[in-house]
Amino acid sequence: MTLDLALFLILALVAVATALGMLFSKNAVYSALFLVLNFVTVAVFYLLLGAPFIAMAQITVYAGAIMVLFLFVIMLLGAERLPATNVLPWQRPLAITLTVILAMESTYLLLSRARPSGSVLPPGAEVNTVDNLRAMAMTLFNNYLLPFEVTSVLLLVAMVGVIVLVRREKGQKS
Amino acid sequence: MMLSDWTLWLEWLIKSLVVTFGLLTGFAYLTWYERRALARIQARIGPNRAGPQGLLQPIADAVKLIFKEELVPAKADKTLFFWAPVITMVPSLIIAAVIPWGPAIEMFGRVIRLSIADLNVGVLYLMSIASIAVYGIVLAGWSSNNKYAMLGGLRSSAQMISYELALGLSFATSIILANSMRMFDIVEAQRGLWFVVVQPVGAVIFWIATLAEVNRAPFDMPEAEQELTAGYHAEYSGMKFALFFMAEYQKMIVVSAILATLYFGGYLGPFVDRFPWLGPIYMIIKIILLLFVMIWVRATWPRIRYDRLMAFGWKILLPLSLAIAFITATGILLTDLTGSPLYFWAIPVVSVLAGLFTVAVIYRELRRKAYGRA
Repeated sequence: MTLDLALFLILALVAVATALGMLFSKNAVYSALFLVLNFVTVAVFYLLLGAPFIAMAQITVYAGAIMVLFLFVIMLLGAERLPATNVLPWQRPLAITLTVILAMESTYLLLSRARPSGSVLPPGAEVNTVDNLRAMAMTLFNNYLLPFEVTSVLLLVAMVGVIVLVRREKGQKS
Repeated sequence: MMLSDWTLWLEWLIKSLVVTFGLLTGFAYLTWYERRALARIQARIGPNRAGPQGLLQPIADAVKLIFKEELVPAKADKTLFFWAPVITMVPSLIIAAVIPWGPAIEMFGRVIRLSIADLNVGVLYLMSIASIAVYGIVLAGWSSNNKYAMLGGLRSSAQMISYELALGLSFATSIILANSMRMFDIVEAQRGLWFVVVQPVGAVIFWIATLAEVNRAPFDMPEAEQELTAGYHAEYSGMKFALFFMAEYQKMIVVSAILATLYFGGYLGPFVDRFPWLGPIYMIIKIILLLFVMIWVRATWPRIRYDRLMAFGWKILLPLSLAIAFITATGILLTDLTGSPLYFWAIPVVSVLAGLFTVAVIYRELRRKAYGRA
């Protein structure tokens, strides 16, 4: 237990540090790289919780696929240098207000709801075991089949949309 | 946790060191093997001066690379320019962690599994490390502050991302056949029948996708000097360049090991149950044979044009691998439902037919393109 706690503390420190690094980097490429580190740290958290499938999916999908596309866009647009001046002057006070509200709400909920003795496991938590793949597939394709299918249709629609947008009209030369 | 069990830590440490040094030595001698084999195919002799049969050539190369001057472009991003080769190198080493090198052996009164990590999501681990490997190339291109290097980096990484999809689907085919994502289970499921027999087209797709994934001929865009100087590593020299080179060759070894595990029975072979030490030997023999195929391909095939490479990946390899995964899943399902082996043996037949159909489509398309406009 103490080893898990120590691991958790170190990881939490890394996660917060990389998140701050992402926010305060002057260069968008470095911001993206800090975000990658943050995603990988979160994946290690999942491993610590005994959910290797989610951890690997997190790395493959977020750190591997999505962030590479982020980097692509940043590099292709040449947008790595952020403007020094503040373009949106109303943004900062609004962000600070919203952050304070979020912090207060989460502190209240943490103090009032999270009891040390109570179990916090959600329904279907048996999937989070070391041998969780089969259980997870069973849950996904039996209990949550409809949401799964809806999600896949949604992704398909997005894909068709992209193809329609980038399609060249007939007779139009690039 | 078993922190107190120091022997377990020692076991992990020794296994990691053996695999790492094995890969590093393998890299050095793979360059020698490749040059000798290429020379033979091209009716030359190849490096044979340093030591017997040129066996000391890799050491001479290493000394030369270490003492070469390292240049850093003036306006490069120094930090990332330094880290990009490291970021390329590390995934090519750690991806080997889940490869099973042999059955469990008994030594010093304890059972030792010949694999660093025995994950139940082993195949997914391979997938996630493969997707991380793109970063080093993108960053190398960007941090050089050179337009050619940047375009080369974007081009190579677009290629890797595109072929990852077909790669993932051929992983899925093997998982469906083995009914597990654990590497040991996949190997044990091939006892008596290698998956390459059941799903030959899946193995071929895996092979093509990995060639693109490790930037090997005929998909070796970084080597296309006439197009973009040298791609993403145009500005690199000395040991930093050697790290890119090393990563490529280690990836060659590792993908051969993965292909051997997923489709060619891994460490299985005659008498492997009686003498477990034969496991790693069979594995190494299979890896060397698969590496030879890679070199053979390099010696035989011309480089594919970039737009055709992307078209091949997205319009041909991806649909075909989807069809293969579907055929395999349907065959397994029908076999389970009816209990008749007829459906199981329909998998290779239908898959080969699908593969032949694809080849016919490519042939027709190329003919139409070549002569249609005249």
